[in-house]
Amino acid sequence: MSMINYASREINCKLVYYGPGLGGKTTNLEHVYNKVAPASRGKMISLATESERTLFFDFLPVDLGTIRGFKVKFHLYTVPGQVYYNASRKLILKGVDGVVFVADSQIDRMDANIESMQNLYENMAQYGYDMTKLPFAVQYNKRDLPNAAPVAELQAALNPGWPVSEPARQRTTPDPYHDGEQLVFEQDGQWVERALWFEAVALTGDGVFDTLKAISKSVVKGLG
Amino acid sequence: MTGAPASWSFGEADAEKMRAVLAGFLRESGARTALVVDRSGQLVATVGEPPAFDPTAFASLTAADFSANDQLARLLGEQEFGTLFHQGERESMYLADVARRVILVVLFDTRTTLGLVKLRARHAVGALDGIFTAMFERDGAGGPRRGMETEFVGEAESEIDKLFGA
Repeated sequence: MSMINYASREINCKLVYYGPGLGGKTTNLEHVYNKVAPASRGKMISLATESERTLFFDFLPVDLGTIRGFKVKFHLYTVPGQVYYNASRKLILKGVDGVVFVADSQIDRMDANIESMQNLYENMAQYGYDMTKLPFAVQYNKRDLPNAAPVAELQAALNPGWPVSEPARQRTTPDPYHDGEQLVFEQDGQWVERALWFEAVALTGDGVFDTLKAISKSVVKGLG
Repeated sequence: MTGAPASWSFGEADAEKMRAVLAGFLRESGARTALVVDRSGQLVATVGEPPAFDPTAFASLTAADFSANDQLARLLGEQEFGTLFHQGERESMYLADVARRVILVVLFDTRTTLGLVKLRARHAVGALDGIFTAMFERDGAGGPRRGMETEFVGEAESEIDKLFGA
């Protein structure tokens, strides 16, 4: 829920990185922190355990600068991925403007990915948010590992798409980020829309900014 | 309630009303600084001595603190903890819920007492409650949504490319 402050002419948007434990959410934020010009970002806060597992959240504010007289800021958050931290994970989703789901591509993390994705949908539904109407991107992380599942398999499990019922939107829409792929398409007589998706190796930074750029643009479009 | 969360906004007149309430409260309570933070972690207003810390980080931690305590209250069978108090050796914080949507954060030192801050805050919370309730009712009244100018999105996108690498 972006907040537009007409008095100080500021717009604040909240982006949340969600996903299973040890999937690379914090690593995404750390890469952004290390690469964005220091003047454009604030202090990174990590509420973590002694073993550096996220306990509550990580937080990184990024300043987009002044656009048509408004200072635009993105607040990036991660949630704790471990299953038993659901109470704190849900709190972080409050007022979210866009979600990045960081999936762990390793075959043996498939169940953890699916469980986390279901948990995201449940938590969002409890706030009354509809995932199909919110800026949403899925990032397949750890693509460099030898046991990474094929993207098609990950897509089928985690981003199979949701039905598109509005006739106006029932038209083939190409995926601007992947040649030859579609975001909205017809499948077995049913119109389906998929979330944006990206491949990444967060440790080296590959795909981190592609994901962030895409989700930020989706959020900004919603302000127009 | 379905769909994407709507944005909420406030203008100069709302901000002025908030500032007037907070300035009056600071005068009467002897507290140093009053901040208003929304529950998703964004700073709405600051009045009084400008804080020496990073207000953005402070706002996000305040909202998390308040939300976590809300959950603790529920575990105890309480609806909420409407107020919180953190005591330091010299600096202390008092937090109070406003209209279930924002949090009043008061910073004070040994020049005043918790009792006086609490007493005066009750009146300030009542006044802020009125301001925010009216604001949210107006935003939720289904009037035409005030979007940003058409050029805004295009310019924001090119800034995103610049900042995050084209």
